[in-house]
Amino acid sequence: MTASSIVGKDLTGLEHMTPEQIRLILDTAEPFKEVSERLIKKVPALRGKTIVNLFFEASTRTRVSFEFAEKRLSADTVNVAATGSSVSKGETLVDTARNLEAMRIDMVVIRHPSSGAAEFLGNRIDSNVINAGDGQHEHPTQGLLDLLTIRDKHGKIEGLKVCLVGDVLHSRVARSNLWGLTKLGAEVAVCGPWTLLPRGITELGVKVFGRIEEAIEWADVLNVLRLQLERMEKGFIPSVREYYRVFGVTPERLERSPKAITIMHPGPMNRGVEIDSRVADGPHSVILDQVTNGVAVRMAVLYLLAGGRAELADAAKRGSE
Amino acid sequence: MRPILLQGGRVIDPSRDVDGAADVLIQDGKIASVGRGLTAPDGAIVRNVKGKVVTPGLVDLHVHLREPGNEDEETVASGARAAAAGGFTAICAMPNTDPVTDNQAAVGFIVRQSGRAGLARVHPIGAVSIGQKGERLAEFGEMVSAGAVAVSDDGKPVVSSHLMRTALEYARTFNIPVADHCEDPALAAGGVMHEGLVSTRLGLKGIPAAAEEIMVARDVLLAELTGGHVHLCHMSARGSVAIIREAKERGIRVTAEVTPHHLTLTDYACEEYDTHAKMNPPLREAADVAALRGALKDGVIDCIASDHAPHAYDEKEAAFDDAPFGIVGLETAFAVAYSELVQGGVLSLPELLRRMSTEPARIFGLPGGTLAPGAPGDVCVLDVNGVWIVDPTRFHSKSRNTPFAGRTVTGRAALTVVAGKVVHDAGAGAAR
Repeated sequence: MTASSIVGKDLTGLEHMTPEQIRLILDTAEPFKEVSERLIKKVPALRGKTIVNLFFEASTRTRVSFEFAEKRLSADTVNVAATGSSVSKGETLVDTARNLEAMRIDMVVIRHPSSGAAEFLGNRIDSNVINAGDGQHEHPTQGLLDLLTIRDKHGKIEGLKVCLVGDVLHSRVARSNLWGLTKLGAEVAVCGPWTLLPRGITELGVKVFGRIEEAIEWADVLNVLRLQLERMEKGFIPSVREYYRVFGVTPERLERSPKAITIMHPGPMNRGVEIDSRVADGPHSVILDQVTNGVAVRMAVLYLLAGGRAELADAAKRGSE
Repeated sequence: MRPILLQGGRVIDPSRDVDGAADVLIQDGKIASVGRGLTAPDGAIVRNVKGKVVTPGLVDLHVHLREPGNEDEETVASGARAAAAGGFTAICAMPNTDPVTDNQAAVGFIVRQSGRAGLARVHPIGAVSIGQKGERLAEFGEMVSAGAVAVSDDGKPVVSSHLMRTALEYARTFNIPVADHCEDPALAAGGVMHEGLVSTRLGLKGIPAAAEEIMVARDVLLAELTGGHVHLCHMSARGSVAIIREAKERGIRVTAEVTPHHLTLTDYACEEYDTHAKMNPPLREAADVAALRGALKDGVIDCIASDHAPHAYDEKEAAFDDAPFGIVGLETAFAVAYSELVQGGVLSLPELLRRMSTEPARIFGLPGGTLAPGAPGDVCVLDVNGVWIVDPTRFHSKSRNTPFAGRTVTGRAALTVVAGKVVHDAGAGAAR
């Protein structure tokens, strides 16, 4: 039986976390950043721990980021992809989980197309479960790395105005951002066509901008969400061309703001659709910092869920815990 | 068959506005008399039911028995057994079996299985369209001759307005209602719960209330056009209530049912991805629950139906998106309704019994729903002081999928009599 850590047994989402828990993870990530800058990028904090990366959906960035985080903490890792495994042969999620558990693992990192899949798994196995994205629900480590990146850039989160731009309806990144940002005192807005904004969004205490120009005028930070091209096929938007014309984040639009707006994107980007290349590659883009921070945040989450104490993270990274 | 004399109970017969202390004598499978100080005929079973309520057996217009096709989840016999335990003397089985109950032979099979079980009466509902495909009308005439009491493609809406129109007209020929599952399939596509704040938070695809309301409005208009009788299944949305209210004021032949769960739970029950709160139509908002309760009180919604939908436990043991819709309800319907509506001050007990017995029997033209002398001996004795905790492992149904597990409720069937025969006796354990 895995004991519950200071951040709980599982990390399934940010909605039910306290601001203190979120800050603790961000603070714990700080010392881990340096590990990735070393010549020998490895510390023994999770030596002897077995972690399964269980990916029911294709992922490159998140899976690789988790794997680096695990390996840099010296955990033993196994990757299971849905295609070609027993999962594609009709095995249920609960059976997959029980079989993994029977092999005496310590943690599962799961990505799954169904909302709630991580919670489902966490309620049924003793191992720690980390949600690497479940359906349209949450992607908590992405939310955390976005928070860390904003904090790095602005020195604070409280009082900042952050606008999530684009397909909020289908975005688990948007939900995790929304919870994390509001808990840490940021003002949050969403901007997009009403077809891509979820019902009841205003009841969550966020502003809604129908026009990107208004969002740019208001925001300190724009987190530009990926527009999946299948949204056009399903009729949520008439064309990618019009989307870019109406909602695309372009240098011309940004120039009208007196502020230097920080530009974020969870990736993978559709250049020339939701974001102009000149913005993505521009001086105010922190998109690659997000990726770098992703490894540190995931190291912090793995370390804390394994029962590591935040004040020892510094020592842990020196390998002298 | 021994006569049965139920002595000293509170007799509530909504069909005749009776509510008072009396004895009830059931003889030769029929209600023989209701009155004070009745004498027991020779050989009668005499039961003192003082402190209990004697009422026409409950009638459920909407259940899913999984026979033929999924007998591991429910059979006609196990469903009829669960019904008897819940105080129901008659239930109507929806035709979405495998194969679909869309012809006289299939209807006759349900009737025979019901007879073999000899528990609650199981009345078959025939399909509107062959294979429930929404294309060609099934043979209503032959199905009615074989025992069908209504037609429905429940589980699926009748999408084509032309087919619905034809069904209403053709059903009128045989004086049966067309029961419709109101759902605009394009609006509901892929949805797994009510579309609202909770679905947004959980990241689950929603089914907007308008998906139901659009079809309710269409069905009402087609009933007006054809003069046919449309029965609207499991209403869930306050907008539907408003449309039905107006239709009834205009004299359109529309009746409607609501389930105990739509009267008592909201979309918040889906929190933590509880698949036992996944049903179609979905649980909606508190304002919908309030409107449905009001509509039941004033008769805009005519009756309560369980939409008993058994599923194997492992099917519900899945991610929310992947779990099937539906919950069982026969063994909790009365207790949930009594605890929430009568004890909650929404309805009087006679009003509740009207909505669970007399009215449903009237809507489908079924025998029962009354204690008038000469009526079928379908009687239920209710213990309205019995407090119990819902424990699905004790269900007579083959399935356990209920959101009410662990809930403390009041009211249960003490004795259920069908055609003068005891089919459930809580005091004596299971009667077979």
